[in-house]
Amino acid sequence: MSNQSSIAYVRQESTPSRPAPPTTVGVVGWIRENLFSNLTNSLLTVIFGVLGFWLIWDALNWLVFNAVWSGGNEACRANPHAACWTFIGTRFDQFVYGFYEKSERWRVDLVLLILFGGILWSAWENAPARRWVGGFMMVPFPLLAWAIMYGGFAGLAVVETSQWGGFILTLVVALLGIIASLPLGILLALGRRSNMPIIRSTCIVFIEFWRGVPLITVLFMAAYVLPLFFPTGLNFDQLLRALIGVALFSSAYMAEVVRGGLQSLGKGQYEAADALGLSYWKSMRLIILPQALKAVIPGIVNTFIGLFKDTTLVLIIGLLDLLGMVNAAIADPNWSIRSVPSTGYVFVALTFFVFCYGMSRYSRYIEAKLHTGHKR
Amino acid sequence: MTATPAVDPTGKPVIQIRKMNKWYGQFHVLKDVDLEVTSGERIVICGPSGSGKSTLIRCINRLEEHQEGDIVVDGIELTNDLKHIEQVRREVGMVFQHFNLFPHLTVLENCTLAPIWVRKQPKAEAEATAMKYLERVKIPDQANKYPGQLSGGQQQRVAIARSLCMNPRIMLFDEPTSALDPEMIKEVLDVMIELAGTGMTMLVVTHEMGFARTVANRVIFMDGGEIIEQNEPEAFFNDPQNDRTKLFLSQILQH
Repeated sequence: MSNQSSIAYVRQESTPSRPAPPTTVGVVGWIRENLFSNLTNSLLTVIFGVLGFWLIWDALNWLVFNAVWSGGNEACRANPHAACWTFIGTRFDQFVYGFYEKSERWRVDLVLLILFGGILWSAWENAPARRWVGGFMMVPFPLLAWAIMYGGFAGLAVVETSQWGGFILTLVVALLGIIASLPLGILLALGRRSNMPIIRSTCIVFIEFWRGVPLITVLFMAAYVLPLFFPTGLNFDQLLRALIGVALFSSAYMAEVVRGGLQSLGKGQYEAADALGLSYWKSMRLIILPQALKAVIPGIVNTFIGLFKDTTLVLIIGLLDLLGMVNAAIADPNWSIRSVPSTGYVFVALTFFVFCYGMSRYSRYIEAKLHTGHKR
Repeated sequence: MTATPAVDPTGKPVIQIRKMNKWYGQFHVLKDVDLEVTSGERIVICGPSGSGKSTLIRCINRLEEHQEGDIVVDGIELTNDLKHIEQVRREVGMVFQHFNLFPHLTVLENCTLAPIWVRKQPKAEAEATAMKYLERVKIPDQANKYPGQLSGGQQQRVAIARSLCMNPRIMLFDEPTSALDPEMIKEVLDVMIELAGTGMTMLVVTHEMGFARTVANRVIFMDGGEIIEQNEPEAFFNDPQNDRTKLFLSQILQH
């Protein structure tokens, strides 16, 4: 009897919630927790703080404060211990357009204008007709851009692709790789998971072959070996051959990324789509792919970024992209100054960084936007 | 007993399964299954795990393929013909143990997707139908949320509404309450009981014997891939004949 009354307990009112102790939250809490939680950490914070400040200060001095912003090569020769931006300024047109005819450069500008306009438009969430613009950028735009830049119709002079170079060449190779690799990769990934043995094994062989060879080899084969098999007289564009190589190469990588996404979905999603009577293609388009692609956005963007940077490899077959143009410009004896090569490469690095970081940020934004709850 | 409508007096069978056999590799999961379901019948299928009860109802909409025998659903024979399979799936709704809602679509979009893309209904009409069924499962206010924001019981009720939006003639339930927390089982069973009241043909794999007693007009007991015993619920529970049935009932009804 007494035993029973000792375990009986009834709460009459609930305890109100209190705010967390002030030293554990907010800015003060964060600093305490992460920088000065004990003596060793405080010491490390101070040492690395000083070291970091010193590095950043030195870098800023070289890049900005002491750098040569105007004048000719003489100004740079006089100050070889800081960046020589005037070199970039003098050669800027060449870095962007390569050897593209000066009088025809408005065509490139037009293409770039449509490109960046289109990207901004389709990336802007509330834009009208956003889907149409996105679709335009995926299919008709690359063809239109090629036509405008190559010319040979409506009175436009032909500009051979051997004259294309610099940053526009980088963009052409990277964008075509990006635009072609996603749809091709999706088809290959679906094929690899198909129930039909012939389709499946064809896709596996294709993917494993293109993943198994280095991009340099692919470009080399496209440039120098493939033409040996063409009948004499038939010759198609060197750049086009390289582009096809890059597209096939990157689609194999994309296929494996997409396959990872497809495998991350439970069997239940496929069964639910089947049970509702959706056909294979409808269930892929409406149910499976939206989820699979969303799950692998980081992997997809990773592949895009890798591809964007790999475009510099076209150097090996004599196409001068941004890096190639900078390399060529550095060799100019008039500019054989100590600071010029480093400035050139820093310029290339910054340009690539801006574009790659942009893609990375946009993917983070898309991920956050598509997040629809806690679990599947 | 609740006032559930009587079985279709014409006795027209909507599902006919004859001498059906199925193997997983070398494993014989379903052995000589014969089953005829009349329109409006409410059948509860029970049995120990691995007895083939889920596999049986999954054969009815061809989520599983059978190797021998015939299955005819609503006059359509299930063969490898994709056209027939899709035709059958349009008429047969299915509710899964783990709900299998589409997490990237809102509740409303989950319900309208198939009517729009399979039945080719206009969007407005599909949405009106969806809201009607969401009201019937008592969650019209959650229509614009995503499945990940709902509780298990709510998700399962959405899954039921999603199937009903296709206007199916037959509903299959594959352990609809097994993945739910105890306090949510009732809300799902209530919806199913109400659905039974509308005269829907239902095949339910479940261990909810209370549900079987209230709603079913036939209880089937399966073990080892065979139908061991079937009867009306009263007779089934009070006077089981086969020893395996007796053993099973004694195991699940002990507490």
